[in-house]
Amino acid sequence: MKILDDHTWEQGTGRSQGSQTAGDSPANSAGDEASPANKPDPLAADPVGVAEARQAQAANASPEMWRSFGELAGSDSFQALVDNEFPRYAPQEWEDGPSRRNFLKVAGASIGLAGLAACTRQPRERIIPYVEQPENLVPGKALFFATAMPHRGLAIPLLAESHMGRPTKVTGNRQHPDTLGGNDTFSQASVLGLYDPDRSDSIQYRGKILPWDSVVSEMAPALQAWEAIGGEGLRILTGATSSPSFKAQMDAVRQRFPQAKWVQYETTHADGAVRAARAAFGSDVEIRYDLSKAQRVVALDADFLTSGAGHERMAADFAATHNVRGGKREMSRLYAIESTPTPTGTVADHRLPVRPAEVGQFAAALAAKVGVAGVSAPSLGSDKLSEWVDAIADDLLAHQGTSVVIPGDYADEAVHVLAHAINAATGAFGSTVKAIEPILLEPSEHAGALEALAAEMNAGQVEALFVLGCNPVYDATADVDFAAAMENVGTRFHLGLYQDETAAHCQWHVPQAHYLEGWGDARSADGTLGIVQPLIEPMFDGRTDIEVLSVLAGQAEEGYDIVRATWSALGDDAWQKALHDGFSADTAAATREVALNASAATDAASQISAPSDGFDVVLRPDPNVFDGRFANNGWLQELPRPLTKVTWDQVAWIAPATAEANEIETGHVISVTVGERSIDVPAWVMPGQPHDVITIHFGFGRTHAGNVGDGIGANANDLRGSSDGFALSGASIEDTGRRVKIASTQEHYQIEWQSQQAEARHLLRRGTLEKLEKDEHFVDHMGHHVPEVTMFEDWKYEGYSWGMAIDLGSCTGCNACVAACTAENNIPVVGKEQVLAGREMQWLRIDRYYSGDLDDPGIHHQPVACQHCERAPCEVVCPVGATVHGDEGLNEMVYNRCIGTRYCSNNCPYKVRRFNFFLYQDKTTPILKLARNPNVSLRSRGVMEKCTYCVQRINSARQTAKLERRRIRDGEVITACQEACPTQAIAFGDLNDPNSEVVRWKQEAYEYSLLPEVAVEPRTTYLAKITNPNPVLVADDHGQADSHH
Amino acid sequence: MSLIDVDIKNREELGRPHFIDQKETPTSVDDAISGVIFGKTYLWWVVGLAVSFGLLSVGGLGLTWLLMKGVGIWGINMPVAWGFAIINFVWWIGIGHAGTLISAILLLLQQEWRTSINRFAEAMTLFAVACAGMFPIFHTGRPWLAFWMLPYPNNMGVWPQFRSPLIWDVFAVSTYFTISLVFWYVGLVPDLAVLRDKAKHLFVKRIYGLFALGWRGAANHWHNYEKAYLLLAGLSTPLVLSVHSVVSFDFAVAQLPGWHATIFPPYFVAGAIYAGFAMVLTLMIPLRAIFNLHAYITERHLENMGKVMLVTGLIVVYGYATEAFMAYYSGNTFERFMMYNRVFGPYWPAYWALLLCNFLMPQLMWIKKCRTSTFWLFFASQFVNVGMWLERYVIVAVTLTRDFLVSSWGAYHGTFWDWAVFIGTIGLFLSLVFIFIRILPALSMTELKAISPEGKSAGGH
Repeated sequence: MKILDDHTWEQGTGRSQGSQTAGDSPANSAGDEASPANKPDPLAADPVGVAEARQAQAANASPEMWRSFGELAGSDSFQALVDNEFPRYAPQEWEDGPSRRNFLKVAGASIGLAGLAACTRQPRERIIPYVEQPENLVPGKALFFATAMPHRGLAIPLLAESHMGRPTKVTGNRQHPDTLGGNDTFSQASVLGLYDPDRSDSIQYRGKILPWDSVVSEMAPALQAWEAIGGEGLRILTGATSSPSFKAQMDAVRQRFPQAKWVQYETTHADGAVRAARAAFGSDVEIRYDLSKAQRVVALDADFLTSGAGHERMAADFAATHNVRGGKREMSRLYAIESTPTPTGTVADHRLPVRPAEVGQFAAALAAKVGVAGVSAPSLGSDKLSEWVDAIADDLLAHQGTSVVIPGDYADEAVHVLAHAINAATGAFGSTVKAIEPILLEPSEHAGALEALAAEMNAGQVEALFVLGCNPVYDATADVDFAAAMENVGTRFHLGLYQDETAAHCQWHVPQAHYLEGWGDARSADGTLGIVQPLIEPMFDGRTDIEVLSVLAGQAEEGYDIVRATWSALGDDAWQKALHDGFSADTAAATREVALNASAATDAASQISAPSDGFDVVLRPDPNVFDGRFANNGWLQELPRPLTKVTWDQVAWIAPATAEANEIETGHVISVTVGERSIDVPAWVMPGQPHDVITIHFGFGRTHAGNVGDGIGANANDLRGSSDGFALSGASIEDTGRRVKIASTQEHYQIEWQSQQAEARHLLRRGTLEKLEKDEHFVDHMGHHVPEVTMFEDWKYEGYSWGMAIDLGSCTGCNACVAACTAENNIPVVGKEQVLAGREMQWLRIDRYYSGDLDDPGIHHQPVACQHCERAPCEVVCPVGATVHGDEGLNEMVYNRCIGTRYCSNNCPYKVRRFNFFLYQDKTTPILKLARNPNVSLRSRGVMEKCTYCVQRINSARQTAKLERRRIRDGEVITACQEACPTQAIAFGDLNDPNSEVVRWKQEAYEYSLLPEVAVEPRTTYLAKITNPNPVLVADDHGQADSHH
Repeated sequence: MSLIDVDIKNREELGRPHFIDQKETPTSVDDAISGVIFGKTYLWWVVGLAVSFGLLSVGGLGLTWLLMKGVGIWGINMPVAWGFAIINFVWWIGIGHAGTLISAILLLLQQEWRTSINRFAEAMTLFAVACAGMFPIFHTGRPWLAFWMLPYPNNMGVWPQFRSPLIWDVFAVSTYFTISLVFWYVGLVPDLAVLRDKAKHLFVKRIYGLFALGWRGAANHWHNYEKAYLLLAGLSTPLVLSVHSVVSFDFAVAQLPGWHATIFPPYFVAGAIYAGFAMVLTLMIPLRAIFNLHAYITERHLENMGKVMLVTGLIVVYGYATEAFMAYYSGNTFERFMMYNRVFGPYWPAYWALLLCNFLMPQLMWIKKCRTSTFWLFFASQFVNVGMWLERYVIVAVTLTRDFLVSSWGAYHGTFWDWAVFIGTIGLFLSLVFIFIRILPALSMTELKAISPEGKSAGGH
């Protein structure tokens, strides 16, 4: 083409041609029969001269329009060029005009090609059939394996569901003697963590990708050199752990490097509890509470139902004593004294918001009142506090041996010591309280340990730092500049799930194997040994901490071998059984007889001080992202937080009265300053928050979390020094003038007025035990009853008729059910913008209502998913019949039929339907495909969806039952939400089975259906929230004890 | 004898002004009205069409983006699953009611004043229904499957779900559109013949001739025409009542407080006529001024339309009053709250603006001076146009923001794309109006000739 261009430009382009006639097209005039083989090379074509062109023109054979002299001339060389440039238009094929033969030839080819076009060429792959079918592996059928998720050092015993080798869902291990299947949001969402596309995917040394073998071989000489000096300057930093295999490896490492030191750091470690155990009992013991025997429970800043060691079991035990199902008319009683609202406080019979220092005062006063020797009652800030102390002390003393005081993980040492003293004084030790051998290895105070390590690093005493599975650069306290300290360390090694903030400061980075990928072990809160059994090969060549330790120890063993060796005491059969069960029976830690140090309580009481001026800042782990380790988990980020319903955001809780006094509203970004330290966080007006207390959560302000977790909020660690604990006093707040929108799933303004509206509608019915005893059917007298009149005969359910009942008294709002539902039903993550637009997709939501005045309200939870109405208003309005009634009573969605008019949602009084306003499902990221439950359809854009009562589980149970020629048994179908509920607040089953649990629940006198006025006959009904308030305190309690009705 | 041939004597005796200037003759009518079509193209027309087409393009952009991304580009959410699309649908359908009412019901009631406005009103109906019809299709999550709402035989044996009011809508609106189109076209036939005869250009002659269906004005033509027209009027009449009743069922059949009300069908129908007349006035008053049609669209016409607006407006206000009263009198928590929320909730400006537009401003029509003044009529009808849109906003969106469960309350705001599609339909409507007035007689020559003095004396034709 270059030659042609030259001609065009050199010989002028714009010359007009006067005598153009309608000539033949070049194709028709070109008569050469040149086959492709002897076509002239276009680049070698002879240029056409002006004279030739004129000649051709004169001969009247030139084309009408021309682009160059060559074309004008219709020269052979030009034609050859055209043919070569546009071979498709090469004339010779079509010159003959249509002939029958040609036509048939082409038509035949077209038909043949049409067939070819239909099948794209498949990639070549080798299909190797199973020579031996793996045992139990039936395509389409899930397999379940017992495993455990280590969290804060303790095991959460789990049962993992695997579809053709992909773990898709975990749930609590119901056979586990300690947790009884209790569960939380972290474990439920951990599956998404496994398949997180942002996970670290390669072993790196200074950014260079290496295989694991090179890590081992390159490290060997260095390790040998260190060995020579006894490992001086070698430091290993990890989180808390209870793993025996870890201990074995660590012992081996320390044997090889006697000078090496192991440092543990967890942001949220209960340092106060460790100090308190040492002060009170003179040794490292851990305290466990047996709530199955507890009639009276006092929580001192303790959220024992949803967090902390053993919360799973405590939630189950507490719920078992704190309900009135089955005609029982005795309930335990819970008092919650807390410096920030907690889920535990919301189910308490009495909740008292106090400032952090007042928790200590309260504990001291209570100790004095119950007769702890040497403790004198401090003067309390208000008469109300004194009344409470008196009432609770009386109640505790009246229940000697069946009462318990539980101090929270984040309470001061003094509160712990006083709680131990009260428990000792009321005879709780040996009954509801016991001390056990420490479960966590080598108990220590973490905040101080990290500070000491940083000091060593700064002093140049650290040669090599191995950071295994923790992230100190992000979560060190404000007085520790860990990143700067790391600059003084020669060799920096990081093992982590992500290339996080710490990885950015290390030369070595090894991806950590997720707990579903690598072998390990851990102990649950009571000490029962559990095996962390992988379900899948490490996807990114990940390694576990014990494997790295093994390399340090010079053994470089595989995870399985390490764990098996640790458990070598178990024979093969016992090992198999332990693997199958997920734990080794009868390995709970021994109870240790302890005696309270005589002076401990007195010393503790002397540490108590009155609240100081200014604001208090209460620091807590975030209920969703915890200390930041789950920041990149979309399921967790989008989970509406238990009390605020906030997603995707960090907020600073502030009491309504404090907010008013400081002219702050929800969404105002406030600057919280403690001494020199300050962070900016949007305020959130929180009913029930103590006055002048700001609660801020850890886990935000990540910079290297991944695409999901980066850049959200501020790092609460920046407020806290290493000796500060979790409550800071003397803080000040200032409105920065910035305003942000907080993505909450429940409207958050005019809270008081909204609460009144909710009360008037009798949405969350509740009452006291006393009221129930007086009037069994008191809930029926609330609201209006509409007589059920219909012209049509009711459908008779011959087979099954599914139904659900939810005990509101047991619901702590912990969100485990919502997280489980998200995992089970392939519910997409939509992001903050969409949540702000009101388009969150969770099928199950937990409605939160307040009652009473805002300073000290009752806080209530109500899980609401599709109610599967018998007269479903959604069904009649769908124009295409995409939502229909099944013959087992389910309200079913036919996704394929749905055209998305959304009329069903408008007509749903419970607003439980969710619409795919966009294509929310990530259908392109390959790794996320592995995370999905193959038994639940993915919903596309423009389609409505909602709770199905886990119809896939019903059908799976039906298959089993049919094969065994029997009906589905009660308890055989367990919905995902029901399975996850730590307090077992949900019953599900066949309403046609008179002996089923759900039928028993529904027969309770205090059962009610939501919005009976609309007469849709929901299949999900609720048991009213029954509380057992102390009559002495009822008079001045506006909160949980409801006296309105 | 023509139906239009009403008892003119009575009118003259009462001394009322005529619906046509008494100097007009059949020839002058033909000349004046066809002159609009065969006359020169005015600059304002070109500019007007260009602007309208520009607005239409905004809508095209909005729909393209909608099809690419999904209905999430709009402001709808949970709980407000219906927003602008349904509001606009009901608004346009309402506007589309005046045409049939004027043409059919007034014809049957022998109201001769309809003659000069019916053609235009009918065209407006068609255009409005065309605009309205787009929304139910495009507001679905998967518009490419919207045809599933039609009962067509298919090998899966699935039918629409006939209990759903949306299916009733499909039938009501499509029937209404079809009948309106046929009615309009039949009425046009004699006029098309006039245009055919007057056209100078052969091509134009052929086109008009094609659509004139060989009309020669023979007596039997007129005979059949009158019969067909009357029959179609009879067919259309129930539709005026049924279409908006059915549209109101979308709400009344649902069980939401604020939707579930038996007053809805009559109240919606009255509202539709109200909106329709306001829109007729909105378009007619400028048209009359521009084309100098004072001879045909007389003060009497305007006054009568003003009266209809006043009456239907009062019915609508009665509807509002009934809603409020029933909410109070029912003693129902949800109903009472619904009313409270409309009046004092976060969207109170919409409710109060609606009362201003639909209740207060039309009271001007009590005053004869306003009824006969184009300025005041135009002024009031603008308020009604806006007010009726706000009414649907309050009913559709504001109701949905806060229903039964306090936990599920939400908020609603239209987005840029909501407005884009709405503006697009306004563009479509105006474009069609501009094209219509340029190529078809906006006033019925046939009927105007019939009521001209000469036409009357000739027995109607």
